[in-house]
Amino acid sequence: MNSNIFIIVIASAIFYGTPLFFAALGGIFTERSGVLNLGVEGTMLIGGVTGAWTCLHVGGSAWFTITVSILMGALAGGLVSTLLAFLCITLKTNQTVAGLSITIFAGTVGLSSYLANIWKVSRQPVPRPIRKLDVFGLSDTPIVGPILFHQTTLTYLSWVLAILATIYLFHTRIGLQLRAVGESPQTADAMGINVVKYRYVHTIFGGMLAGVGGVFYSLAIVPLWVDGMTKGAGWIAIALVIFGFWRPSLALLGAYLFGALQSLGSTLKARNVKISGDLLDALPFFMTIVVLVLVSSRFAHRKLGAPAALGVPYEREER
Amino acid sequence: MTSEIAVKMTGIVKKFPGVVANDHVNLEIMAGEVHALLGENGAGKSTLSNILTGLYRQDAGRVEISGKKVEFNSPRDALNAGIGMVHQHFRLVSTFTVAENVVLGEPDSSLFMDQKAVAARVQELSDRYGLAVDPSARIWQLSVGEQQRVEILKVLYRGARILILDEPTAVLTPIETTELFKTLRVMVSEGRVVIFISHKLDEVMAVSDRVTVLRGGRTVGTVNTHETSTTDLASLMVGRSVEFNRAVRQVPADRERIVLDVRDLCAHDDRGRVALESVSLSVSPGEIVGIAGVAGNGQRELAEVISGMRPITSGSITVDGESVQSGRARSAIAKGIAHVPEDRLHTGLAAGHSVEDNFALKNYRSMSRFRILQRQKIRDQSTHLIERYDIKTPGSETPVRLLSGGNVQKVLLAREFSASPKVLIAASPTRGLDVGAIETVRERLVQAADSGVGVLLISEDLDEILSLADRILVMYEGRIVAEVEAAQADRARIGLTMGGITT
Repeated sequence: MNSNIFIIVIASAIFYGTPLFFAALGGIFTERSGVLNLGVEGTMLIGGVTGAWTCLHVGGSAWFTITVSILMGALAGGLVSTLLAFLCITLKTNQTVAGLSITIFAGTVGLSSYLANIWKVSRQPVPRPIRKLDVFGLSDTPIVGPILFHQTTLTYLSWVLAILATIYLFHTRIGLQLRAVGESPQTADAMGINVVKYRYVHTIFGGMLAGVGGVFYSLAIVPLWVDGMTKGAGWIAIALVIFGFWRPSLALLGAYLFGALQSLGSTLKARNVKISGDLLDALPFFMTIVVLVLVSSRFAHRKLGAPAALGVPYEREER
Repeated sequence: MTSEIAVKMTGIVKKFPGVVANDHVNLEIMAGEVHALLGENGAGKSTLSNILTGLYRQDAGRVEISGKKVEFNSPRDALNAGIGMVHQHFRLVSTFTVAENVVLGEPDSSLFMDQKAVAARVQELSDRYGLAVDPSARIWQLSVGEQQRVEILKVLYRGARILILDEPTAVLTPIETTELFKTLRVMVSEGRVVIFISHKLDEVMAVSDRVTVLRGGRTVGTVNTHETSTTDLASLMVGRSVEFNRAVRQVPADRERIVLDVRDLCAHDDRGRVALESVSLSVSPGEIVGIAGVAGNGQRELAEVISGMRPITSGSITVDGESVQSGRARSAIAKGIAHVPEDRLHTGLAAGHSVEDNFALKNYRSMSRFRILQRQKIRDQSTHLIERYDIKTPGSETPVRLLSGGNVQKVLLAREFSASPKVLIAASPTRGLDVGAIETVRERLVQAADSGVGVLLISEDLDEILSLADRILVMYEGRIVAEVEAAQADRARIGLTMGGITT
């Protein structure tokens, strides 16, 4: 029963969707503060390579090594997005250009591959990959076993984060103020909210989550480091932020939808279903394009509830 | 009224690139009074209040609250000192509820907010001050008047003792205005201070205890409202007439004919509110008609509508009897309307483009063959215009944004005049220019009129209108409220009508 193709697709959708959700959740925090982060792809790659290096070099128990690797990946992602935050918030550069620069600078032909090169982590299987758990020994339970009780720690963590993020954004004072900063920084400023601080904190935190998403690639999905291994997951995450209307819960569902598309190829291939593998691999990106085109008009952006000040640097002494 | 001084600002200086917005301004406000800050646009009222609320930092000067010197680095500091501002352009998050807007930035460390308690407190405040509004409504669902009440509730909720209202009545209906005045009186009766910023004389007379008048960034004086009159205030506001020279006209206007005829024109502003209400006017060939008024009374919309940049909702515009299509700039150009917009570097010219390309923007069709631009023709036209209009530029290919303000305006005038228009709409054509450039621009306008062009000159600078125009119309709240021949114009009288007093 558990080898039913639907159950396998759903279970692997959740697996493949997990890093997408981490990056998308990071994007939600960043964009809710009014900063557009197009550097997600590069940030994920830096997180991924840092995680792989840490895993190769830090000993101790598996649990310890993996935790430190994830934290280091988050730290690296945070550093990259600090640069983005500095460009966008302090220097008030064009956020599209800043984000693209980050992706080019940190991405496949940039810093992440360079680090992999000098750290010699390329194609080195990590000694302690993130494995799926067998929660309460229920992984063989029909239907719900593979879906709910046979996932990685990070997947379970992402569910907790989705709930916490929803509470944070929509039910706490800080969340309210964060949304005000993204909607109308003038209002927030006049009410005594520190716009710059809010934007920095959430942009950096968003980058940290993208870094964790990258670690998931190099420690769980493959699990070894390959240059450019996220293969555009960062861009999918950006589409997911919009697709999820800047809400964690919807982004989670969206991530699993895209995760299903990504895993469909290998699942069907394993089943000897005759269908072009390239076509299936292209599916998530085709969907990304569709989503981005559908929502990229200003009108649609407003209708979908994008933060009104998204992508607009805040300047107080305007005249 | 107690004699305690609530706010004292001395020698406040604030400069912005190219302007001194506040030039040693002094202001003294007593506890428990409604103090009006009166002045034309650009007199420095908003800058002064932005300094008091911590949004701007003064370059020089001293601010004292209840006798203690204060230094505000951010709006938070000002809020903590009990100063709250109701901005002209509301500072509200439109997707949030009233209650959410009210608690924004509240210095409360609790993680969650008690929605019910907030709603109850908002309700209590709104009952006490007659500011009816539903705490759970979202801002975008509210009328403009209601949104303003939320703005006031916001500052009251934060416990502000000193409330600054920047042109609060601009967006209100007369009934809402009366309600607002009642609210203000309740607030001062509790010992709070209200600073009421306005350029409307009758409102200042109706609501304030004392008035401080600003002009051109300076304090003109402070008077007790019951000891003054609208006439006195108007002359303080627009200034005692300095001797000005009427422009010398070579060719008088041909008053027998009409070149531009505008009938019963109505139009909306960007927010969809009525900006022009049944405006009718006519301009004769060779005549300069001046439109006076405080900015924001429909002048910008009038210029845009006539030049085809804004659609009309009803009415008609004709040039020499031929009607101009609504909202079609090309139709306006074809009929011979030239436009010098007030925002020359954004609306008038493409700032990043070269001088020659800007010249060609309007007549590029005649500068091209098979839809390919003929560079040489464009270059020749440019060289000719640069010389003829004495434009100081390093070259024909220099981007316009690198030129000085006066030369930018000359580029614009050269382009508009070279199309040999029948009608010229000039909106604040000398704003921000130095004295020499002002002189040149004015001469050009007079020359245009001498050559038979009908000129509609829209300006906030009353002196400019008095010295150039043959006939003066005054706009107030989207209507033409007065018309006088320049020769018989009485400055104080015009000042009164600009402030909404018609006698």
